Parts: sequence; structure tokens; C-alpha cells
Amino acid sequence: MTSAIQHAEPSSAPGSTTTVATLRLRDWKTPIAFGIFTVIAAILFIAYGRHGDATFTFTSLSTDVVHVPDLPINVWGFGIAATAIAAVMTVVSVAYVRSRRDIPRWYLALFAFVLLVCFLAWATAGETLPIIGLLGGALALSVPLIFGALGGVMSERSGVVNIVIEGQLLAGAFVSAVVTSSTGSAIAGLVAAGVAGMLVSFVLAAFSITYYVDQIIVGVVLNVLVLGLTNFLFATVLTQHPTTLNSPKPLPTFAIPGLSAIPVIGPVLFNQTAIVYVMYVAVAVVFYLLFFTRTGLRIRSVGEHPRAADTVGIDVSSARFWSVSFGGAIVGIGGAFFTIGSVGAFSEDVSSGQGYIALAAVIFGGWHPIKATFAALLFGFANELQSELSILGSPVPSQFLLMLPYIVTIIAVAGLVGQSRAPGADGKPYFK
Amino acid sequence: MKLELRGITKRFGSLVANDHIDLAIEPGEIHCILGENGAGKTTLMNMLYGLLPIDEGEILIDGVAQHFTSPRDAMRAGIGMVHQHFMLVPVFTVAENVILGHEQTTFAGHLNMAAARVRVKEIAAQFGFHIDPDARIEDLPVGVQQRVEIIKALALDARVLVFDEPTAVLTPQETDELMSIMRQLRDSGRAIVFITHKLREVREVADRITVVRLGKVVGSVSPGASDAEMASMMVGRAVELTVAKGPAKPGEAALVVEDLVLADRHHLPVLDHVSFTVRRGEILAVAGVQGNGQTELVETLFGMHRDATGTATIDGKNLLGIGSRAAIEAGVGFVPEDRQRDGLVGDFTVAENLMLNRSAGPPFVRHGGLQLRLLRRFADQKIREFDVRTPSASTRARQLSGGNQQKLVLARELSRDLRLLIAAQPTRGLDVGSIEFVHERIIAARDEGVPVVVVSTELDEVTALADRIAVMYRGAIVGIVPPDTPRDVLGLMMAGAPVDGPRQAA
Amino acid sequence: MSTEHSGTDTGRAEREGRDGTEDTRGREDTEGSRKDTDEAGGAGTETAPDATETVEAATETVEAAPPPPLEAHDLTAELPAAPEPRSARFVRELTNGSAAITVLAIIVALVIGAILIVVTDSATLDAVPYFFARPSATLKAIGAAVGGGYAALFRGGIYDYTQSSFTAAIEPLLHSLSFATPLIAAGIGIGIGFRAAIFNIGGQGQMLAGGALAGWIAYALPLPAALHIPIAVVAALVGGAVAAGIAGVIKATTGAHEVIVTIMLNYISFYLLGYLLTNVLKKPGSNNPISPPALPSAVFPGTTAGLNIGFAIVVALTIFASWLMNRSALGFHFRAVGENPDAARVAGISVKQVTVIVMIMSGAFVGFAGAYQVLGQTTTGFTNALDAGIGFNAITVALLGRNKPWGIFWAGILFGVFQAGGYTMQAAEGIDIDIILVVQSVIVLFIAAPPLVRAIFRMPEPGHHRSAKRAHRPAVKTGAAA
Repeated sequence: MTSAIQHAEPSSAPGSTTTVATLRLRDWKTPIAFGIFTVIAAILFIAYGRHGDATFTFTSLSTDVVHVPDLPINVWGFGIAATAIAAVMTVVSVAYVRSRRDIPRWYLALFAFVLLVCFLAWATAGETLPIIGLLGGALALSVPLIFGALGGVMSERSGVVNIVIEGQLLAGAFVSAVVTSSTGSAIAGLVAAGVAGMLVSFVLAAFSITYYVDQIIVGVVLNVLVLGLTNFLFATVLTQHPTTLNSPKPLPTFAIPGLSAIPVIGPVLFNQTAIVYVMYVAVAVVFYLLFFTRTGLRIRSVGEHPRAADTVGIDVSSARFWSVSFGGAIVGIGGAFFTIGSVGAFSEDVSSGQGYIALAAVIFGGWHPIKATFAALLFGFANELQSELSILGSPVPSQFLLMLPYIVTIIAVAGLVGQSRAPGADGKPYFK
Repeated sequence: MKLELRGITKRFGSLVANDHIDLAIEPGEIHCILGENGAGKTTLMNMLYGLLPIDEGEILIDGVAQHFTSPRDAMRAGIGMVHQHFMLVPVFTVAENVILGHEQTTFAGHLNMAAARVRVKEIAAQFGFHIDPDARIEDLPVGVQQRVEIIKALALDARVLVFDEPTAVLTPQETDELMSIMRQLRDSGRAIVFITHKLREVREVADRITVVRLGKVVGSVSPGASDAEMASMMVGRAVELTVAKGPAKPGEAALVVEDLVLADRHHLPVLDHVSFTVRRGEILAVAGVQGNGQTELVETLFGMHRDATGTATIDGKNLLGIGSRAAIEAGVGFVPEDRQRDGLVGDFTVAENLMLNRSAGPPFVRHGGLQLRLLRRFADQKIREFDVRTPSASTRARQLSGGNQQKLVLARELSRDLRLLIAAQPTRGLDVGSIEFVHERIIAARDEGVPVVVVSTELDEVTALADRIAVMYRGAIVGIVPPDTPRDVLGLMMAGAPVDGPRQAA
Repeated sequence: MSTEHSGTDTGRAEREGRDGTEDTRGREDTEGSRKDTDEAGGAGTETAPDATETVEAATETVEAAPPPPLEAHDLTAELPAAPEPRSARFVRELTNGSAAITVLAIIVALVIGAILIVVTDSATLDAVPYFFARPSATLKAIGAAVGGGYAALFRGGIYDYTQSSFTAAIEPLLHSLSFATPLIAAGIGIGIGFRAAIFNIGGQGQMLAGGALAGWIAYALPLPAALHIPIAVVAALVGGAVAAGIAGVIKATTGAHEVIVTIMLNYISFYLLGYLLTNVLKKPGSNNPISPPALPSAVFPGTTAGLNIGFAIVVALTIFASWLMNRSALGFHFRAVGENPDAARVAGISVKQVTVIVMIMSGAFVGFAGAYQVLGQTTTGFTNALDAGIGFNAITVALLGRNKPWGIFWAGILFGVFQAGGYTMQAAEGIDIDIILVVQSVIVLFIAAPPLVRAIFRMPEPGHHRSAKRAHRPAVKTGAAA
């Protein structure tokens, strides 16, 4: 026995995998979810099946260099085919679990893609769906969600739960409208929005890090505070001086030469307002910062095991403070989308709960900036789809598509699809 | 590098945790700080490592006074620490943990992970072991994690290495390996401070021994000193744990455990085909190094862990996976290992805690309402009976000292009709008076005919209480032996060595 | 915690499974307390990091071990024990906080409100340029704005001294009580959750569920009043309970964090009700998503000032909640789970079951607030905005009332006064009603951070906590871990 335990081979020490037989448990969650979706597909596409062709178009007005032909789809046939594919994939997923193998991510993605395309076809039966308009609109609607999710990731990675994304968005929206109106500079408006988001973060940080107030409580209360404050100032100040304080010029839309000429993707991604390009930068910066830099390593360490960080000389409170604040600045800039990034003027509660969807994206995206971005895109897509479909007069009530992000999030936090793991010390104050 | 502590004093309110401590630690030697838990060793080391401010006194390195306000200062001065509870980020890799706090970067704050990997491998190679710099900490066994802690300190070129109770979580073999690493570190010219209360380890590696008690240095002993000499310095008097205990009068088999198997969430077995029997009026003590399945065993016997397989019955009734509620109803008394977490609701009153597991019906609950007057009388009676030192029955439990909290738990459990008593680490952290009281009560329960399972990592406690000793190692029972089994045999068994036939005691 | 991995994983996994693996808070609590305990060397040592608590406990620690042969152990025998879950400490801080802090927090909030009034008041701003020439004019303008505003608040919320008859003068208070009614009911619901360490942020959704169900019965079932009101109210309780129960079941079975689930359910309820209001619940002939008006038999009878039988029901509910939390076995279980879920589980209390029951009870109380909105407040048909923000305000009411039923009762009345007075402020002084949201949230922020209030008012801290704060950690190890 003594000889079995050698210097440092991990495999020879107690509890390691090679010395003991593993009893692997089967996890049936994914096949069950697959099954449910297959049944839903069967109900929608077959029991309530629709006939006719759905036409997907890929033309954008401005910058077409390469013409992508329209794609007509036979809805009834495609619905049956997709349901069959989903059923087969469900059976295969059962086999995966039986053989105690992990279901790969691409498999989940493929399943979702098939059903999504089929759903689009089903919903547009007999009509035309402009795919580029849909995707471009989805991207635009995702902007505040992505900024919000990035800020949330920055905050939560450092161990501070950020319920206050909503308040930060609202503050950013308000301030950017006022500053852009009064200075005439959209850049100043964006910067001011970031500062506003950061100020909200300061309050969150001060109460939760310095005074150890429960972070969820601070978040909920701060959201009410920001809502009350912006409503109050809107009603008293902005309505009295609408021209000087609340008539900002919206950010211009411009196409990036070259990139915007790429078929389909180009007009969607590279013919947008400035704030969208800022967003691309923000995604890259947060990702790089968190995973490739010294600062990021330290932020993640205080979010995972603050005491360990403390013992190697990292100032936990200040790391958290700045991470939360930086996150707040990002969210604040995202808030500018609601005013100068789209309609221009500020109105009461203009963020209307998008902050909570951003929070949902943080969780659904597993506290990872890239995945959270994709989650936000999905939610933005659902929102855009809802308005596109209501134009088409689709059979799906718009409320159900609006609900989608929230339902998906509950499914995600319930661990029914995939599993996401919060940072180890998320939500937990650090007492030195 | 020579490290000196002069007149170090630390007070917490009226409590003097360190009282003018003087120490000199020379390079190239292993200096043991020996003392009981609570003697102030960890406080001292926390000051040395910049985690706590010093009230009085000074730290000198090569004769120069140092002022540490954070661990960073201490690290810069060449002091490294291997914490009792590893300060490693579980989801980070080995390399990330090693560089955390003093990362090398290339451009724009970009982490230089390649250099970190090389450094980890280099340091590991110096001590003859291999470690994968990209392994995640949480996937590594405890012994290896500890090596990462050592590498972390060495990566900063620590000249003084403090080991704070490093062997608490190790098997005897891992302990041996750690000792040899410590010797290598010493031979490389570093100074080693080894904090422990285990005499055997001290004798094995120490070059110098300083004994602390009640926050003071009580003297130095040579490594050749006898156990008795060191122990009496540590505690101020001879250790006497044996409570008067008559011979057991075992009755029929009551608790029957057969082939108990349980896996953890990584699907590794934590209970590995465990079988034993406890008869009425008999104490079975389960010995073993912490973390070898004892916790899971008692929890399983208490009806938890629904995925456990095998059988566990009390008087023929199943206990497996029935849940704590049903286990309580089946007459199982349970003194949990961590009384503050599992045994008491700290913010509840003494009286409320006394009815904590009897809130489902009479006598304390009638028609959905609490019978507060009855509870009050019951509480006053139990406080007297179990000598719980509390101002009143409406004092909050967390205001009581550890010993009184444990008496409270015992009072609750022993005031029911028990068919089985399970006590896990029943005297951990208690003062001597409370230890004796708890032992007496457990023996009294046995003498009333209750079968008792006691789990303890303290060999002294095991031998004092046991009628038979079961030794656990890696989730399996290595053997069941009589209480007079020599310590060294028990020690070997705790390391997993199977016991020879005649010693096996049914 | 990594240290325990190979050995005791099952215990933890099991524990987390039960308490909710994804439940950040719950898990942190477990790990946090466990870590603290471990670091202190096993037991018997105070590591609770809350400075105030530590001192309080330290000074009150009961003398323990007998004096004679006291050795190393005794150092620690003096120290209190029990590091506790964070949520529990937070809830207790709220429950036990001093009345002075509450009063001072309200004062600070009113001062901040006054500043807002001043900086947005055009008369004051006009006077500012002449501040150095005529400071008195500026100060007078400030006084007029703030004084006028808060006088209107008093007039509209408590007692209208401009009225000649007492009945007319006291009418605003009755008005306030009618605003307070749903706040109290929903606040108690949220507070019950807090006591069990469950954060029910889903008040909005539960009000929508309860209100819609009550409203549907109110317009669709012609019944005599004696039956109609009770049936509609019970339906609201059931509706709220089901909406909250869904979150409870999801938390209990999957460990999903109830904060996230309840927030998401708010929006789901909002859109679901919005959908139903476009068809089955829609008022015939209306183009808006609004339901038909309640039948007169279902409307709460009451005074012209708006105070009605709903307030009496809420008083009864408060009495019931007080009994529930303090005198019943169920409340005992709620509190046990809230303060130490591990110990509760070991004591045979099913944490999952309690989670579900707490959510159901909580939702039922919130559901009554929904019923009040459609049967007592706006009886002309409901929309999916029937909650009127009460679901969120109830959280602040619960916190202000320190999660105790009678505390919530008075907190609800205070907020009712703010609301009724706020409307008068808006009408009489042109101060936007949303200032009330600011004042309310500032009150709660400060109540949650007593050290901040103490700092503002230079109050002595309870005990000399600076030194004791440090005492907690090293605090000498006890325990003989081998």
C-alpha cells in the first residue's frame, strides 16, 4: 500500500480516478428536454401544421454586391421533416446517455437550429420573411442586452451579484439623452452614459462591499431608486426644457466599407449605428480582459476565492469595486442605446425591464462574456422575431415570443439544459 | 535569512492571544511550534504573514525590523505560507494559482502563461515530483493540492516557509512524503516553521521545538524529549482522558450494516462496501483520518444520502435513505460533527433548540401551535440536568460557549427514547470539563442499553470510549479491533494496511 | 474548500443538491459558514465576520467552563460560537435593528427628497443667481419649496388642516390606509419569505395572478355579495399561491435561485395576462386590453375616502401572520430553515418542503394585494398593470418593517401616507409623485446599512467593534482536530 502512494502522481493519490472504479450517473435532463421540444414541434408543425411556401429573402437595400437568391420552403413538408429529425435526435440523445457519454454542444446547437428554422418557416407560411432585416433588427435589439450582460459578467465574476443592470441602463439612457442634447455631441453623451452607469455601480459597490448589505437587496432597491429619480427628473426638468435637454440627435448609421459587402452577414453586422461597433469592441475587451490579463485573473480570483486572493496580496475590496464600476460603465453605455442609439428622446422607464433580460443572459451564458453575448443575441432575436411576425400576422401571439427569454432563463437556471456554474463567491461579501 | 520575533503581543479585547512571544528561526532548520489548539500559534503566524496587525513587538529579518501590513509585504520579505486550508482557487489551473498576485505579463497586461508553466515544472522538478501546470486544482487530490501551495510559496523564492497544521488532511503516507519535502527544503537552506500539535510529527522532523501555551512561549525542548515531557509542557499537566467506564454488557445485535456503498458527485466511492454490527449496550468507535468516509457513514446511518445502496437496519427497521425525519422517528439520536452548522440554530433560543427536532407534533406542538409554557418547563429541567451554563432558556444558542452548545445538543438527543445513538466528533473543540461530561453521558447511554456509534479522529477519544474500534480508510472498513489494540497498529490501519487475523474482533 | 474535495464531496454534493446547487446564496452560506468554522480550527470559535454581531455576542457570551483546571481550552471557551449563514445574519440585522436607525433613515431620505425638490424647483433656481445679493430670498424660496411640498405631503397623507370638519380633515389618513392595505398584505408575504431566507421578488407576478383570478370571478360569476367577495378573495389567494408555488417547486426540485425564477415569472405573468386580456378576459367592445368591470356584489364595501373592508382583512391577516411566525410549528420551521437550513434538515425538517410552503404562503398574502387592487381600488376592470408597482414596493415595505408582521403593518401605513400625500404634492405643488420612489428606496438603503447611518449622525457604534472585529478571526483556535 505504501508503495502505491508515490511522489505526486495525481493518479496514485486517494480519491483519484484511476485507483477507484467510477460509478457514473446518468443524466436524463437533456433527452427529456429534447423529447418535450419534439412533442411541441409535432403539435405545431403537424397537428397545427400550415401549408404553402415560406419565402426567406436575403436582400438588403443598400450594399448588395452579391445577390443571394430567395429561398422558398414548403412549410408542411419541412415541418414533417424537421419533426422527424428532432425525434431521431432525441432517440440518439437517449443512446448517448445510456452509453454514459456526454452530449456534445454542437448536437444541442444543431437540434435548436433545425427547430428554429422550421419554426420560422411555419410562422411565415404563405408570406415572405426578410432574413437580413430580421437579423439586423435582432442585432440592434440585442445591443442593450449585450452591454448589460457584459457589465453583469464583469460584476459577477468579481463576486458581486448585479441585479442593478436595469438601473444602470436607465441611468445611461437618461444621461446620454440629456448630455447629447445639451452639448450636441454624441460622443459626450456616450461617455456620460458610461459615467452614469459607473455612478450607480459606486452605490452598489459601496453598500455591498463596504457595508456588506445583501447584494440582491441593494440591487432591487437601487433599481427603484434610479427609476424614481429618472422619472422625477424627467417629469420636472426634461418636460420643462424639452428642446435643450431632451432632443438629442440619434447616432448615425454607417456601413463599414468592404465588410458590409459580405453577403448576408455584411449588411447585418457592418451596417449599423456607432453604438453597435462600440459593442463589438466591448465584447472583445471584456473577453480579453477577463481571461488573458493580469487584471482579469485577479478579478476572477476574488470572485472565486477571495481569501486566497487576499493571502497573495490582492486587495479584494478594491478589485471588486473597480470591476463592478467598470461593468457599470459598460452597462451605462448600453443604456445610451435606448435614447441616442435609437429613438433619440428619453421617456419614462425607457429600459422597460431589458436589464433583467440582460441578467438572464448573464446566467444563461454561464457568466462567460462570449456565451452571454450569444444568449443576449438569442433574446434580442426573439424580440425582433416577435415584431416581424406580428407584421406578418403570424399565428403566434406576440406575448409568447416576448416571454421566451424569461422561460429560457428559468429552464437554464433550473439546469434542464446544460449546466452553468456561478463564480464561487458570487453574491458573497468578503469579510477580511 | 534569519527571522526573529521579539516581544510579539496580540490582544483581542480582554483576551491576550499572544503574550510577548520571542522566537528565532535560523536558516537550514525545521523549527516546530508545538501547542494545543487555541494556544495562539495561528494568530502568531497570521501576524508574521501580514494578515493581522501586531499590537506590540517586532519582526526582524537579518536584524532589520519589518513592518508587514499585508501578505504582500511578508512575501516580499521572503516569507511563504502553506495554509491549513489551502488558499487555492479551485477552478484555476495550477499555473494560474502559482502566479496569482505576482503575474508576469508581456504586453498590454497580457498574462505570460508559458513562463508560468515553465516555472511550475522547474520548481516541482527540484523536489522530484511531477505536476501538470494546466491541471485544475479542484480535480487534484488533497496531497497534490498541498504541493501546489508549496510551489506557490517557492515561486516567490520564499526563504522562510511556514506550514500551518499541514498534516490535518493528509494520510500517514502523504504525511511522510510531506516530511521528506520539508527536509529537502531545509537542506536547501530555507528556514521551516512547522506548526502542529502532533507530537509524533514533531519528533520526526524538528531540529528545534518551541512550545506555546495560552499565548506564551513556555519553553524549548530538544527533539529527543519524550512524548510525556512535550505533552505536559503543551497542556500544563498530564493528559488524562479516560473516563471511568465499566465493562460493556452487550446485548443482541441492534444496528446491522451490510455492504453499504455510496458514491460522491464525481462518481467516486466514498463508502466502499461497509459492513458491521453494533449490539445493544456497546460502543463502536470509528477511527480514521478525517475525510475517509466517516462523515458520509454517519449521515447515511441517519437516513440521508438516498443514493446509498446496501442495508442498514436498526432493530430490523431500515434506515437507508429514509430521511432525517424518519430516522429521528425511528429513535436515532444524532450528535453531528459540526454542531454549529448541523446541530443548532444559532439564532434560536436554548429552549427552541431543545425542541428543534420535535416540532412535528406532541408534546411541544398541538393543533399547529407551539406549547411555549411546556417547552419552557422542559428547557429549564434539561438545562439543570445537563449543566448547560446559560443565563436562561431564552438565551440564543450562539451566545453559548462550544461546550455548552454541545451539552445542549446532547440534552436534546438524549431526552428522547433512543434505539441508536450516533455521535460524530462529539468533543471536538471542547474544554476538558465538557469533554469529560460528554464522555460520561455517552457511556451512560451505553449502560442503559443503547447501541452507540462514535466517530472520532482523536485516537485518545477512540480508545477511551470504544468497546470495539472500526478503522476506516478510503471509505472502507480496514478492520474492527479491540480497544486495547496498540496505537501503532491502529496507525497502520488508518493508513490502509489490512490487519492480521487474530486482531479482528468480529 | 478545495481541501475537502476528495474526501467529503458526497456530503457537500448531497447538501447542495438539497439546498439548491444553483442557489448561489444558499451554497455560499453553507460553504461560508463551514469555511469559517474550519479556519477557526474546528469549533468553539467566533468567526462570524459581522463586526457588530461579534461584539454583541462576545460581550454577552455566557461564562462557560468552570474556573479550575483551565488550560488552553478556556481561552476559547469564552468566545462565542456559531458562524452563521450570511442571509441569516442579514435577516437578523434587519429584524433586530434599532428603532433609532429607522427614524434616522427616514430623516435622511426626507432630506434627500428636500434637496431634489429644491434643485428642481424653478422659483428656487430663479432665486439662486441672487444668492449673494439677497441670500434671504434664496433661502426663502428653498423654504417655500420644501415646506410647501412636505406640508402638502402631510395634508394629503395624514390630516388636512385646511378642512373645517374633523371628518373631512382626517379623510386623507383613511385614504392613506387604503393605499397601505395592499402594501401591507404583499409586504407580509415578502417578509415571510425573508424570514425563511427566501427572496420572493415575484410580487408583481403573484399580484397579477391573484388579481386576475379575483377580477375574473368578480365580473364573470354573478353571486350574492356574501359569497362573491369571499370566493373572489380566496381565488386571489390561490392565484398568488400557485404563481409563487411554481417558483418554490422549481427551487426545491432543481435548486434554481428563487430570485432569478421569480423575476422571470413576473415577466411571464405580465405577458401571459396581457395575452389573456386580448381575448378571453377582454371587455367586449373594448379595443384596449382591459377586463370588464367587477360586479357590484364583488366590490369591497367601504367609505367614500376609499377605505374599505380590505383594510379590516389586512388587520386580520397581520394578526394571523404574527401568530404564524411566532407561535406556530410551521413558522418555527420557516425560521429554522431561514436561519440554519443545515441544522433544520438534520432536525428532520424538510428544507424543500418548507421552501415550497413558504412560497405558497408568501404568494397567498401577495395574492390578496392583487384582490384588493381589483375589488377595492380600481373596480372598473383590470389590466396587466394592476399591480401598480406594489409587488416591488412591498419588498421595501418588508425591509422597512424588518420582516415582522406588525413592523410591516406600520411600514405599509407609512408608505401609504407617502403615496396619498404624494398625489397631493403633485397636484398642489407640482412635485412629481415619483419623488416618493426615491424617498422610499433611500430609506431602505440606509436601513440596510446601519453603519452608514451611524456615520452620518456620528452615533457611537454599538460596542467598540473595531477591535472586536479583528478578534473574530484569529480568535484562537479551539478544537482538537486530531
